[in-house]
Amino acid sequence: MRLALEAAFWLLALASHWLLPEQLPLLGQVWIVALFVLSLDLLVGFAGVLTLGHAAFFGLGAYAAGILAQQGWGEPLSGLLLAALLAALLGLVTAPLVLHGGDLPALMVTLGLSLMLAEAANKLPGITGGADGLLGVEMWPVLGLFRFDLFGRTAFFYALAVLFLLFLLARLITASPFGLALRGIRGNARRMPALGTPVRARLVAVYALSAAYAGVAGALLAQTTQFVSLDALSFQRSAEGLLMLVLGGLGALYGALLGAVAFTLAHHILSEMSPLFWQFWIGVALVGLALAGRGGLLGLGALLLRRGRA
Amino acid sequence: MFRSVPRRALLAAGATGLVAPLAAPAIAQGAAIRIGLILPMTGPFASTGRQIDAAVKLYLRQNGDALGGRRVEVLLRDDTGTAPEVTRRLAQELVVRERVRALAGFGLTPLAFAAAPVATEAKVPMVVMAAATSVIVQRSPFILRTSFTLPQVTAPIAEWALKEGIRSAATLVTDFAPGLDAERVFKERFAAGGGQVPLELRTPLRNPDYAPFLQRVRDTKPQALFIFVPSGEGAAVMKQFAERGLAEAGIRLIGTGDVVDDDILNDMGRPALGAVTSHHYSAAHDSAENKAYVAAFTAANPGMRPNFMSVGGWDGMQLIAEGLKSTNGAGEGEALLNAMKGKSWTSPRGPVTVDANTRDIVQDVYIRRVEERGGQLWNIEFDRLQAVRDPGT
Repeated sequence: MRLALEAAFWLLALASHWLLPEQLPLLGQVWIVALFVLSLDLLVGFAGVLTLGHAAFFGLGAYAAGILAQQGWGEPLSGLLLAALLAALLGLVTAPLVLHGGDLPALMVTLGLSLMLAEAANKLPGITGGADGLLGVEMWPVLGLFRFDLFGRTAFFYALAVLFLLFLLARLITASPFGLALRGIRGNARRMPALGTPVRARLVAVYALSAAYAGVAGALLAQTTQFVSLDALSFQRSAEGLLMLVLGGLGALYGALLGAVAFTLAHHILSEMSPLFWQFWIGVALVGLALAGRGGLLGLGALLLRRGRA
Repeated sequence: MFRSVPRRALLAAGATGLVAPLAAPAIAQGAAIRIGLILPMTGPFASTGRQIDAAVKLYLRQNGDALGGRRVEVLLRDDTGTAPEVTRRLAQELVVRERVRALAGFGLTPLAFAAAPVATEAKVPMVVMAAATSVIVQRSPFILRTSFTLPQVTAPIAEWALKEGIRSAATLVTDFAPGLDAERVFKERFAAGGGQVPLELRTPLRNPDYAPFLQRVRDTKPQALFIFVPSGEGAAVMKQFAERGLAEAGIRLIGTGDVVDDDILNDMGRPALGAVTSHHYSAAHDSAENKAYVAAFTAANPGMRPNFMSVGGWDGMQLIAEGLKSTNGAGEGEALLNAMKGKSWTSPRGPVTVDANTRDIVQDVYIRRVEERGGQLWNIEFDRLQAVRDPGT
């Protein structure tokens, strides 16, 4: 049953290319956002580390991939790799600061770090383009075969493939002893050392892993839009990521994906229907969903499934 | 047998009901010319979007929704003003999905930069109605501009300040491409005429706090302060200009017209009085075309005064209309682009031309002073430079 549902999800994602052939640019971005929310889920949902500054890694990845391409190396996969490495490195360096205290200090430190990075990008127009954005990003074809096209076809498959592979990896990781240890830490960090789990090392590792995921998501955005702006580092991106995660269902990999898909599509449909007041309707929808059920969309779905069977 | 007939009839009726709404837009699509309008309708630059949207709607209403003999449909999209990748995606969608004949709008420079490659690749004319950095038109051979450029309106105020005997002026600009354009051109022109710029300040594009900047200007005590900020930000600057007592310190306010934006000028109150700026449009411009425009605009949008953004939107529609007229409504892609190049008409702002080579706007630039007329504040024009081109980068 579970496997069938999973297969259905990915088949539907793939089929959306033919079901909504005119929405490819949007769908391509949905997969990128989903990867970003997935990275948040690894950190917040599984390990229980709170963050308000995850956009720092997203933005770093975006600028890394963007600048690499701008400087004349437009090969997409190496861009992803560079973004992942740099983001993971930043994660490793900043993890001690973030994991220093409790939840509230973590929120403040992550927020502070992302604001610093955003301001640095703003103040280094020679490298990042500043408020005007990074121009002149030119990508080579993916695998030397598929050129990024106006219809967003390549971007769609490219982003979906990366999301799928990284999702499989995340699934392996969360099901491994490492993943179980993370859940244990979230449940009760003080008792985990008694089981022989080095809590701190596990948290640093998942922080860097999550950072790398976010960096890849940022790189995907930079490569598919061939443009990077300060918006990649914005607080709003961090906050919306959390929102989507809660919306979809915390601590479940499919919750992250569902939340990203639902939020981005709702955002798109509402802003097209009423360009002036769409933010109001998003707010209404969020409050409604929060009241309707715990565990987000995924929780709601599970509840309906159980009722259907009973 | 008895019952199957009504059931079938019901099914048929149901099917027609389902198909009809799908079929109807398909027919309309064949007839109407679509134009994609991308504007910041929410966020910090929403006033730009509201002004242009209002002008575009007014233009369509006055011209009966038909340009060049074909019905025109404008699809409005919100890019929130601060997310260039959204602008790019919307442009992509409008081109691919809605098959628009032209893209229009583009509130700020980074947004226009992000969308430019889409116009080039799709070969769709892109009418920039607001963004004002000089180099925008060079980003794609399909870009035409109906707003203005910062160098175009900055040079005249530098010349005027020199003529007035001002010899030292500080500059305060927003830290992004148009601001840097303004700063550079002002400094060049002012220094060439013997002026000095003792202080150059740049404020951030997002969430700026002007108080500390203006305090520094006060401490430096130049004869004048040159200001450029994006449309909508003027009120915040003016408030700090008054609170920090710059006028009392004998510092004159000069700038491009953005800072005394007609949209919010009235709310600025007394501190704005006497500010001298150079710009291409004032709602107080004395011409029959402008009087009609302002009257119609205010009637359609009570409580709103058209500003330079609105007139960029109005003329953008005029340009598209001229292009469609020349091609009998059949123009697309390069044909439409070529038909739009080199067009001239009388706008509410005065005579304008879209240069055939640069695709940039050539227009009169006015020197204006903020004065009170009939209990309201207006930018009263007192000098005019004819047919000013963008001096380039």
